[in-house]
Amino acid sequence: MTVADGAGGGTLLAAHGVSVFFPVGSQVMARVQGEERRLRAVDGVDLDIRRGEALALVGESGSGKSTLALALCGLRPVDTGDITLNGKAVGARRSQADRRRVQMVFQDPYSSLNPRLTVGGVLRELLRVHHVVPRGQVSAESKRLLSLVGLPEEAVGAYPRQFSGGQRQRIAIARALALRPEVLIADEPVSALDVSVQATILNLLASLRADLGLSLLLISHNLAVVRHLCDRVAVMYLGRIVEVAPTEELFSAPQHPYTRGLLAAIPRLAVGAPDTGAPAITGDPPSPLRIPTGCRFRTRCPIAQPRCEQEDPELASAPQAPEHLAACHFAFEPAPPAGLARAGDQA
Amino acid sequence: MTAAGAAPAGTVLEVRDLHVRITSRQGTVRAVDGVSFDVSAGEALGLVGESGSGKSMTLRAVLGVLPAEARVTSGEILLDGVNLVTRPQSELNRIRGTKMSMIFQEPMSALNPVMRVGWQIAEGPQVRLGFSRARAAERALELMRRVGIPDPERRFRAYPHEFSGGMRQRVMIAIALSCDPEVILCDEPTTALDVTIQDQILRLLARLCRESGASLVFVTHDLPVVAQICQRVAVMYGAQLVESGAVADVLLNPWHPYTRGLVRSAPDFDYVRESLVPIPGAPPSLVNPPPGCRFHPRCEFVEEDCRVSETPLRLLPGGRATACLHYERCLDAAAADRAQA
Repeated sequence: MTVADGAGGGTLLAAHGVSVFFPVGSQVMARVQGEERRLRAVDGVDLDIRRGEALALVGESGSGKSTLALALCGLRPVDTGDITLNGKAVGARRSQADRRRVQMVFQDPYSSLNPRLTVGGVLRELLRVHHVVPRGQVSAESKRLLSLVGLPEEAVGAYPRQFSGGQRQRIAIARALALRPEVLIADEPVSALDVSVQATILNLLASLRADLGLSLLLISHNLAVVRHLCDRVAVMYLGRIVEVAPTEELFSAPQHPYTRGLLAAIPRLAVGAPDTGAPAITGDPPSPLRIPTGCRFRTRCPIAQPRCEQEDPELASAPQAPEHLAACHFAFEPAPPAGLARAGDQA
Repeated sequence: MTAAGAAPAGTVLEVRDLHVRITSRQGTVRAVDGVSFDVSAGEALGLVGESGSGKSMTLRAVLGVLPAEARVTSGEILLDGVNLVTRPQSELNRIRGTKMSMIFQEPMSALNPVMRVGWQIAEGPQVRLGFSRARAAERALELMRRVGIPDPERRFRAYPHEFSGGMRQRVMIAIALSCDPEVILCDEPTTALDVTIQDQILRLLARLCRESGASLVFVTHDLPVVAQICQRVAVMYGAQLVESGAVADVLLNPWHPYTRGLVRSAPDFDYVRESLVPIPGAPPSLVNPPPGCRFHPRCEFVEEDCRVSETPLRLLPGGRATACLHYERCLDAAAADRAQA
């Protein structure tokens, strides 16, 4: 099920039951032996990005965040389900106009920029191919884009290698903005950068969003970054969305035990005595090749019950919090079931 | 942290006025420029700074594993009073592993990909402590249990690629602990890990160090991680130490504008600001560092004397030290921030 439309400007980009599989090993042998040899990177995801909002997608590595982002951007075909843009389903091959609407900023600005093209070359190519502005205005538009992201006009003639990491990420953002997208997908845009530079890029994303009315999908493992920048947060675990809620609600009243563990695991600046107690979540995430039956978090869950082994919980909301969805049998229950400890307390 | 003078009792590792130079085509890089600190027994010291600040180079100099182009030009590194800078390689080889060991950021590139992990853990005791093969294997199994590797008897014969990132880092920790070192050097050991796994590894490290009494030197750029695991912190900027002291004092009440900038630019989970405050400008060149205080071109409190006077780390009351000539202005600014909040 999807989050109810309503607040904000309605759904802009949405995934409905989207799955993305990767074949693993010999597919011939898989058919002969009658077993599934597919890695379920994204496994039935419903998610909507509303007009003008900043939505965060958080989760551990291998949870499928980046694959989902590529699918939403049209850079990877989906195996099941569909993706809608402005309420209209978009196929595996999107029209040029649809491709313009969703743009992406990648994690590593050292590998996502063509080293043989000048910054101006990158921008001019895009502006020409997509006929964003008349030919005569291409170079003026390139300079406008650079000033939009806080780079000097002279940068048009320079190559990516002449810039620092933070500046390269600005170039990557300018490239994404060149096509005047409605949705900007940023996949860990600051995790490759130094702390003092991260702040400038995060501030830039926030101001661009406000000035241009962009919708933003921010993929991050850093919950502090998410809390600063985003209106809503979706938590992903092993290819599935396990909880979605407005940011402050998610952080103040997390319903899924995975979200609780994730929050308890964040190192805090507020100093406490060196903590030698039990970690918030024990063990490693299971392999997406062998997703547990029933609830996929049950193998690491501190409150798992026999029921969790049988039934796969639906992502559902409670009447008292229609904006808050969680995929746990024990979410939104007034009294926590026996054995439920506050996040961080469990052994 | 004593800037000079005799080390207090219980000091295990002492670094005195360490200088490391790298010869490159651009000129001589002052990678570490007069760094002094000491670590007492059982203490965890955080060494923080951005990339290029010289924190990893300091750590590698201490262990004696500098890259070929780099060398220690002056200064002393005293481990139990023995100056490692002047000792021959053969003696350093005996010290590394037994008295001092290191945990690297990327366990996959630090582990031997074609050697079973059990034997990698057993190698130290076998080679350095003269354990028999069987006894070393027994020791490896015990270490694997201590670092929380499930089913150690079976995992002993596994190769590093069969382990997850968190498990590989546990193997690294087991190797580091294998000869009961006095000092464990950590170079961003959790940067490549997920937050839940980072949490597990940090708690494990803190527990093991408390149990074994080993000291920890923990290099990272992540201030909240330092706050979780270290008792003291030293902040590096432009190859020099700019501030040091107890973690709670330094991070909550910085006495150097650079530390203040670091704290204010990092998003803090517990304190959401309107916008983050980046540090303007870029880190200094280490070939031609700016005269005077290295931070002065980026500093909001800069005065005339900052541009000319050398700024060594000055020892102040409360076990703190700062290189800032006008650190009172940081205090005033922090007070103003608090009044605003």
